[in-house]
Amino acid sequence: MGCEQWRGKLDAYVDGELDLAEARVLAEHVRTCAACAAEALERVQMKRAVQTAGKRYVASAELRDRIAKSVTPKPARRAWHWQILAAPALVLLILSVATNFYMGRENARRQRVYSELADLHVAALASAAPVDVVSTDRHTVKPWFQGKIPFTFNLPELQGSEFTLLGGRVTYFAQTPGAHLIYQIRKHEISVFIFQDRAFEGRGEAAASLPAGVAHALSFNVENWTQDGLRYFVVGDVGTGDIQALSKLLQDAR
Amino acid sequence: MKVPEKHVSAATFEELAMPLFDQLYNFARWLTQDTAEAEDLVQETYTKALRGFSSFQAGTNFRAWMYRILRNSFLSSRTGLKTMVAIDGETEESLLPAERTTPESILIEQLDRAMMQQALEELPVPSREILLLCEVEEMSYQEIAETLAIPLGTVMSRLFRARKALRDLLRKQADGGRDGV
Repeated sequence: MGCEQWRGKLDAYVDGELDLAEARVLAEHVRTCAACAAEALERVQMKRAVQTAGKRYVASAELRDRIAKSVTPKPARRAWHWQILAAPALVLLILSVATNFYMGRENARRQRVYSELADLHVAALASAAPVDVVSTDRHTVKPWFQGKIPFTFNLPELQGSEFTLLGGRVTYFAQTPGAHLIYQIRKHEISVFIFQDRAFEGRGEAAASLPAGVAHALSFNVENWTQDGLRYFVVGDVGTGDIQALSKLLQDAR
Repeated sequence: MKVPEKHVSAATFEELAMPLFDQLYNFARWLTQDTAEAEDLVQETYTKALRGFSSFQAGTNFRAWMYRILRNSFLSSRTGLKTMVAIDGETEESLLPAERTTPESILIEQLDRAMMQQALEELPVPSREILLLCEVEEMSYQEIAETLAIPLGTVMSRLFRARKALRDLLRKQADGGRDGV
């Protein structure tokens, strides 16, 4: 058999999918043919590289716990008399654990919402084309979103302020389309995200209960509020004052 | 005392399914390219699998079954619908390797993890998923065929095509890097 016929089988060979007899003959061939040996080596290296690179993501402990809990069978019933005595104590215990758990989870969820927005912000700025509609004119940017997102919004007049509008793009959060606007102030970029408020309901994202006021997430400042059924997020690495100033402009936009 | 049957199957499900948690999450995250979506997807997979566990045939491949549930859930999700493009001409694909002048060992030796991860991200989902199943999950062709619900021959041609696409991407990256210097 010539090299050409072997080449077609190299993939199956390095994947361990050739039958024993065939694999043995191929191994023999590879030992004597430098070209095929190099090809086989390349494939093995490629497999290893994909394997190393592919083991990349680690789930949060919270998710693991949640799922483990959801698939754990309820323990079978035992004698019940001591349960009556223990019941009041158990209720108290459950209440306090649940409260703690709830607070902790709310906190974690809030952080998750914020860090996801921070990711969107950073990813947009890092991309070669941060915005899909490039314009400083709000009357160009706003109509561009028509038909791309299921709502409309008002953008502020920026004359007399230090902010400049750079443009916008369509973004997704929790599988919901929204508007992502990028503003600039003194070389700093600020992202403004606008989503439908009801998109967050029942999604367990807890965004509906995010407290007002500027929060910090991964060194970014984040402000959020709800207005006319829309949820606004302002994310940037500038100071609290600038975030609030831009938020005020957006809130007053007509 | 006889333990009710329901409890037996639940205990078995937990024992079978929880060891797969880390790899299922990694796979989900690669598919969705998004943390929250991946978490939802894994949660959905476990919920559906637990519910459908009674219909799971003992003796068939549990891992492939779990991956198939995860993948089907992904396909019916919003992101999945968008990313999963049909692969045409799949069956006619020749299994002969493309002509190459030199082996690419040198290219791969220079490869770092980040470059490979970027290339994997850029691959279309059908190519990305089959490479992950083969190399990361170390599934056999048979297991991949069960997971993706495609014939064995298609596994081979799709894998071949995915590897070629990955090489092309890496080569492009390497050339791009060189031009940039």
